[in-house]
Amino acid sequence: MNALSFIPLLLALILSPLLFGVINRTKALFAGRRGQPLLQTYFDLWKLLQKGAVYSRTTTWIFRAGPIIGLAATLTAAALMPLGNFPSLIAFPADFLLFVGLLGLVRFFTVVAALDTGSSFEGMGASREVFFSALTEPALFIALATLARQTGQLSLSTIFAASSDAHWPHFEPVLALTAIALMVVLLAENARIPVDDPNTHLELTMIHEVMVLDHSGPDFAFIIYTSALKLWMLGALVLGVMIPSSGGNPWLNLAMALGGMFGLAVIIGVVESVMARLRLLIVPQLLVGAGAVATVALILTLR
Amino acid sequence: MTLLLFAMAILPLGAVVVLLSSRSDRNLSWFGAGSVVIAAVLGCIPAVQVLLGGAAVQLRFPWSMPFGEFFIELDPLSAWFLLPTLLLSALSAVYGVGYMRTWQGRRSLGPSWFFYCLLVLGMMLVLLARNAVLFLIAWELMALASFFLVTFEHERESVREAGWIYLVATHLGTAFLLAFFLLLARETGSMDFTVWAAKGVQAHELAGILFLLAVVGFGTKAGFMPFHVWLPEAHPAAPSHVSALMSGVMIKTGIYGLLRAFTFLGAPPLWWGWVLIGIGLTSGVLGVLFALAQHDLKRLLAYHSVENIGIIALGLGVGLLGVSTSSPVLIVLGFGGALLHVVNHALFKGLLFLGAGAVLHGTGTREIDHLGGLLKRMPWTAVTFLIGAVAISGLPPLNGFVSEFLIFLGAFKGGISTGGAIAVPLFALIAGLALIGGLAVACFTKAFGIVFLGEPRSERVLHAHEVDWTMRLPMLILAAGCVLIGLFAPVVVGSLKTVLKSVTGLQPEIVTENLATAMNPLSFVVIGAVAFLMLLALLVLLRRDLLARRRVETDVTWGCGYVQPTARMQYTASSFAQPLTDLFRPLLGTKKKVTLPSGIFPPEAALKTMTPDVSHEEMYRPMFSRVNEWLSQLRWLQHGNVQLYVLYIAATLIVLLVWKFR
Amino acid sequence: MTDLILVLVMLTNLKLLASSELGASIRVVAVQGVMLGLLPVLAHVHDLSLHFAALAVGTIALKGAVFPWLLFRALREAEVTREVEPYVGYITSILVGLAALAASFWLGGRLPVSTVGASSLLTPSALFSILAGLFLIVARKRAVNQVLGFLVMENGIYTFGVGIVAEMPFLVELGVLLDAFVAVFVMGIAVYHINREFDHIETNRLDRLKG
Repeated sequence: MNALSFIPLLLALILSPLLFGVINRTKALFAGRRGQPLLQTYFDLWKLLQKGAVYSRTTTWIFRAGPIIGLAATLTAAALMPLGNFPSLIAFPADFLLFVGLLGLVRFFTVVAALDTGSSFEGMGASREVFFSALTEPALFIALATLARQTGQLSLSTIFAASSDAHWPHFEPVLALTAIALMVVLLAENARIPVDDPNTHLELTMIHEVMVLDHSGPDFAFIIYTSALKLWMLGALVLGVMIPSSGGNPWLNLAMALGGMFGLAVIIGVVESVMARLRLLIVPQLLVGAGAVATVALILTLR
Repeated sequence: MTLLLFAMAILPLGAVVVLLSSRSDRNLSWFGAGSVVIAAVLGCIPAVQVLLGGAAVQLRFPWSMPFGEFFIELDPLSAWFLLPTLLLSALSAVYGVGYMRTWQGRRSLGPSWFFYCLLVLGMMLVLLARNAVLFLIAWELMALASFFLVTFEHERESVREAGWIYLVATHLGTAFLLAFFLLLARETGSMDFTVWAAKGVQAHELAGILFLLAVVGFGTKAGFMPFHVWLPEAHPAAPSHVSALMSGVMIKTGIYGLLRAFTFLGAPPLWWGWVLIGIGLTSGVLGVLFALAQHDLKRLLAYHSVENIGIIALGLGVGLLGVSTSSPVLIVLGFGGALLHVVNHALFKGLLFLGAGAVLHGTGTREIDHLGGLLKRMPWTAVTFLIGAVAISGLPPLNGFVSEFLIFLGAFKGGISTGGAIAVPLFALIAGLALIGGLAVACFTKAFGIVFLGEPRSERVLHAHEVDWTMRLPMLILAAGCVLIGLFAPVVVGSLKTVLKSVTGLQPEIVTENLATAMNPLSFVVIGAVAFLMLLALLVLLRRDLLARRRVETDVTWGCGYVQPTARMQYTASSFAQPLTDLFRPLLGTKKKVTLPSGIFPPEAALKTMTPDVSHEEMYRPMFSRVNEWLSQLRWLQHGNVQLYVLYIAATLIVLLVWKFR
Repeated sequence: MTDLILVLVMLTNLKLLASSELGASIRVVAVQGVMLGLLPVLAHVHDLSLHFAALAVGTIALKGAVFPWLLFRALREAEVTREVEPYVGYITSILVGLAALAASFWLGGRLPVSTVGASSLLTPSALFSILAGLFLIVARKRAVNQVLGFLVMENGIYTFGVGIVAEMPFLVELGVLLDAFVAVFVMGIAVYHINREFDHIETNRLDRLKG
């Protein structure tokens, strides 16, 4: 743990809300509009932190605890995710287990806080959320297992460092397949199209957005920041697979990683503009398909 | 050893006193519980001593039983299982004092406490016995005592039926155990466990048969699929403190027996590990799926026990694969994870059952869809149940995460460095355990959320009250245990050293070295957990500061403009689990009875779902009815004439005599 | 490069198992055929003769253009909906497909076949195509699906051939014969408006065969 390992964490903390801005700008460009300012999410966060809050009488301390536990766990998880060639602040063998566990903790308390409101909207979102995440967890683990087997390493930082461009030509199909699987997991976990529509609160698309319907003020600011951080971290996971870390200049590598991160945001924006959300009954097939792609990658490494 | 003997003597003494004294005396419960607590405290001391590195203690007594000998020994493996057994027995007993108060006056509590003490005695003897006959007698004592405890409310037909299923299932399992012991005795010429452990079994086929017999026999008690059918019947039917005891520690005696059997059977071939991983995956996935489909709180928890036994079996499978391939990492991490999960499961499952009992005590129903909003009326129960739910879902920073971490770490380490025969089952384990974890989160958010949160769904909740301190204290202690094991994970994992040395026979340095490969990451996990808690505290202060200067109001939940929202519009447990139960419908076989709303102003509509156990319906019921059909052809022997029965006996005797002396 | 194509072929097989619309299935098989047509060219990139080039062009034309056109015409003639009717659900199909893939790799490693030079993925990919084709025939009700399954199986045999035989005169002729067979099949569907599975499930109708 040296000074350089603070960089992934700092960049995540500072730059993650910018991702939403890039995505929204891309969608606006596709739609022929000018779009929001790139820094809009920062303005939103600031505005929400200044506001008061309204709590429902049905809710208990669990509702107030949900966003806080979510943000605390996500911040801890951000210390585990490396970026480019820079190792994460906390790195140890099988640290991805703690990473996935912390994300699971966030999910548990978000769902429980949603059920606390006693509203059928939040219940619907909660039910679908646990449904989709039960299907993405195996895909995520299989992809991680493929990476571990391919590089022979067990810590995220060492896995990314080992997927250098010396390995790329050998591992081509495997890394591409793993990246595809992780991309689908990213879209599912962050409530992006084709799994969920982050723009609406309609019944058809009630998953993430509706679970947090009753939160207001600083709570909602925490929730928005948590989702920004989660998008950044899962994006870093995808990038770690796709972008080979060149053995040379670490700063060049960092620039490539940042460029890749915002490129990923543009890609998400493009996907959201050209596709509609899948029918809810088809989404499990998509998620199992991602797991299948990851399994093909695993089988290819095992032969 | 004297302490242990004292402990084992107090239990039957207390039992007999309780049985003979007057009915429904309030002090009766205290006396029964007190003897259990004293026995537990006395018994824990030698167990801790042995685990901290002391020598194993033995006691031998000749006995008039043919082939039997009163031979008990406390070695690290027994001590590791003895600790949670005694702890949970004592805590459930204290809980039981408060819980049984509802029956005070209506029924004599003496027999119940009598059998409780006998159950604890039986479990202790099972863990300590080193002679096959003594083991079987203790096993039977355990089964019978728990049968009588399960059928406490015997006036209800469902309870009677559950008790019957339990009795039949446990005896079927014991039959396999009998075969196992007899084969081993014939092979080695002795009934003594220490002799068996020393000699081992040479022939491969015999070892394979013995392995399968042990898996079926001990697996029936433990709750492996498909031998688990008695679990979801017996655990809900029993009074809650008994359910906690049965689910928390009694089924672990099956795991103990399996581990003990491994020490007799010598070097395992690869397929043993595969069998255990397969059983672990089926029990785990199907267990949690069936749990999702239940709407009776205790039945849900019982199916979850099946799932966690599956996770323990996965750990055992990893360990066995390690022994077959002489890979110390797999051995230490696999068996270590399984053993730690035994303790963890005792803690959080005991906690959850006690919590369910508190809910039942306070509201009078176990039906999840009739509850809701209980957190406001039963705050302590809710908090401890929440801790149990987070722990059982395997989320950091609690104890469930630690044991799953060990098993995952073993599987990953094995998977990245070995060939196909080992790597494929290990990767299947990883994918399966990930799925199990996701489904467990779904199941426990449902259980906690629908029961404790939201608006009350029926009036029973409105009269609910928090339980008194005799019931609260054990739950708090168990919850504290979950948190402490989570936060002190490296220390707890380090304490596995003595057990692992004794079970696996590896050199102490190798065990320590491989345990360190788990303890180092776990210390980082604890650092992460501490960071999380500090951030949590910071954010709480931050928000309080932010909101202090602003307006904070309360209002009703936003209802999208519905004119008359009711509490019945909330999500129910069945609707919450519906996407998952629909997806896995071929595996679950849920039956639905639905009356759809029709017309412009629809009258009542109804939906009823039932998920009978798949192995019960598809395997056991057809099998037993087929056997019934065949055997009913012998019905003509039962004509009721006493003289003819005496003639049968006399004829058999004469035939035997003639045959013997021909 | 060959590796990449073979991995893509495996993915198209999985996509076929999960496909729920007949039009999409036909297009996927066409893509698979085109990729496999390129395979002999890539495998013998140094000794490229007219034979191989003609083979590749012919295969691509046949599998990429002619068959899809025939099949789409048959779909139109028989006035069918384009929904695949499965005996086995889509997610279960994917899981069975993954198991078949693992089995193909395991078997492929054990078969005493030496894949000449090109790639170690040839035998597993061939076996997987054969198994996937079989699964499609058995587990789907629509007649077009069964033709597609047959085509996929033939693709698998073709892949196998590319790997083990440097010159494959006989295999080529047999392949062409098989393709002609498929064409006749498809014509039959169109002409007789056969919509679902060819034989009835009701085996009690077999007694009508009695004299």
